[in-house]
Amino acid sequence: MSKKLIRLVDCCMAFDGELVLDHMNLYINDSEFLTLLGPSGCGKTTTLRIIGGFITPTSGEVLFDSVRMNDIPPHLRQVNTVFQRYALFPHLNVFENVAFGLRIPKTVEEGGKKRKVKLPEAEIRQRVLEMLEVVSLKGFEHRRSSELSGGQQQRVAIARALVNRPKVLLLDEPLGALDLRLRKDMQNELKRIQQQLGITFIYVTHDQEEALAMSDTIVVMDQGRIQQIGTPEDIYNEPKNAFVADFIGESNILDGIMHEDFVVEFFNRKFKCLDKGFAPMEPVDVVIRPEDIDIVPQEEGQLRGVVTAVTFKGVHYDTIVDFKGFKWLIQTTDYHPEGETIGIILNPDDIHIMHKSEYSGMFGDYSSYSEEYEEMDEASEEAPDHEK
Amino acid sequence: MNRKPSAFNRVLMALVFLFLYAPIFVLIVFSFNDSSSRTVWQGFTLRWYSELVRDRQIMSALSSTLLVSLLATAAATVAGTMAAIGFFNMKKRWRGPLMAVNNIPMTNADIVTGVSLCLLFVAFFGGWEAFARWLNGAQGLIRLPVHLHMGFGTLLIAHITFNIPYVILSVMPKLRQMDKNLIDAAQDLGCTWMQAFWKVALPEIKPGIVSGALIAFTMSVDDFVISYFTAGSGTSPLAMVVYGMTKRRISPKINAISSLLFITVLALLVIVNIREARQEQRKL
Repeated sequence: MSKKLIRLVDCCMAFDGELVLDHMNLYINDSEFLTLLGPSGCGKTTTLRIIGGFITPTSGEVLFDSVRMNDIPPHLRQVNTVFQRYALFPHLNVFENVAFGLRIPKTVEEGGKKRKVKLPEAEIRQRVLEMLEVVSLKGFEHRRSSELSGGQQQRVAIARALVNRPKVLLLDEPLGALDLRLRKDMQNELKRIQQQLGITFIYVTHDQEEALAMSDTIVVMDQGRIQQIGTPEDIYNEPKNAFVADFIGESNILDGIMHEDFVVEFFNRKFKCLDKGFAPMEPVDVVIRPEDIDIVPQEEGQLRGVVTAVTFKGVHYDTIVDFKGFKWLIQTTDYHPEGETIGIILNPDDIHIMHKSEYSGMFGDYSSYSEEYEEMDEASEEAPDHEK
Repeated sequence: MNRKPSAFNRVLMALVFLFLYAPIFVLIVFSFNDSSSRTVWQGFTLRWYSELVRDRQIMSALSSTLLVSLLATAAATVAGTMAAIGFFNMKKRWRGPLMAVNNIPMTNADIVTGVSLCLLFVAFFGGWEAFARWLNGAQGLIRLPVHLHMGFGTLLIAHITFNIPYVILSVMPKLRQMDKNLIDAAQDLGCTWMQAFWKVALPEIKPGIVSGALIAFTMSVDDFVISYFTAGSGTSPLAMVVYGMTKRRISPKINAISSLLFITVLALLVIVNIREARQEQRKL
């Protein structure tokens, strides 16, 4: 385990003078499920295409097993890709699509002589059928790809890549075109396949829920830079800056001052917290997740605010509360009507402290809260996929 | 908007078709007329067709037409397909203007194309003559021919030239429809770029290439104006021979050969259209 299989060292990528990847350093362990997560244009697809060999970084090195791979073309890399819109070959049926990679003669060296070797037909057949069984598509061999549903096409694309037994599978927003229900099923399916075969998966998505649900490691990117690397729990509970806190789930982000270890001040009131290691009186960003906030009768609260909007979300209510002009999002299962004055209590482990960053002040205020979040999500799906 | 056509519309439509097809119909009918009269029907015969086969001038014109058309189609199809791929991979800033330039020869009057090609060949022959004289005078090893003439070669070049835009125009939409990731996917699975092109891109754009080739062949077979200016005196394609025959004694052989030309072109166009319709259906 945890052998460093792929390393990107100081990789930069510029298209027409525009920097898309900014000094990226990243290593990927053997057999891990790593997700590159970020909004469109953050450089995640570019990173994937560099690893796949479709583009060469402007500067920096790509290492596979410590061997420099910058100039190795895609067909000589032990990496296969599942493309965003499947990219199945329309003129071939399911069987031939999956068999495509196996039918390409491989060059092998024997005693200094290079020779092209073709796999025997029986082996091709066996491996294709095996792989179709892994992706639950047994019996579909003779279908045309245009006769398959989106989810089935997705499975063919996965089988076509995995049948070559790559060391690494690259997946470029593979579930983006599927509906929500199917997406959830495929998430479980992908995770199962990854564990069953023990192959490294590098997964690109802008969907934070997907990333949290599937990954061993998440790399959050924005503006061509890595913002944070960590396990899903790390990223959610200990975001490094306001961008990560806002991109992964919902966050209320306030200005605070760290008085000393474990004591932070905001809204002119000191709170106990679990964070330490900041300079005395350092200005910080304070993150409070909406689901961690307890609403109590106003006399018992540490802070008091007025409910300005309530939206029913099924499991909980999204309640917007005005605290001295700063609006918070609170998610509770209790209903508090608009206009009610409520109190809240924050426990030390509800509060997370971050250093100030370039993103401070950009996120985490719900004054203009609407369905804005969803709108942003849709817009990023329609944006061009290739930062080319 | 599912209005039934009025009586007036129907009559108009009938008239249009009448004017379009009646002459051709008459031409075909009289190619079977057992008399050299072009107005009175005197019974059915295949005489004109058999005379056609025995006419050496027509047969040699037919073979040179077929040869030019086939060679020009082959060359234009290869060149046009490669050009289309080149255009397609260009930046948009360049592709737009270049495609516009590509379309000009198709809308341009044939006579302008013909005359300009003719002038180009003449100018080239002049330059060649000077060069050949100089080279032959300067050394004794190689003797270059000094006088070049228009003939099969120039005719072929002209046909290739006016066919290429049609191939490009027919291949381009197929390239646009193709999923751009297909080539990436094939390379990802172990193909070199060339293998990826042959195994994946070519089958995808093949319908466009075949349609382009069929259109090019049709254009070549029935071209008269451009051939007239570029064939010289030695080579006469079929269309020119037919034209020559109308000037001399008028023979119903003309009806026979014209009918054959019409049927050939019609058959090719029908094939192109059926293919396109089939592809549309397969997409749905």
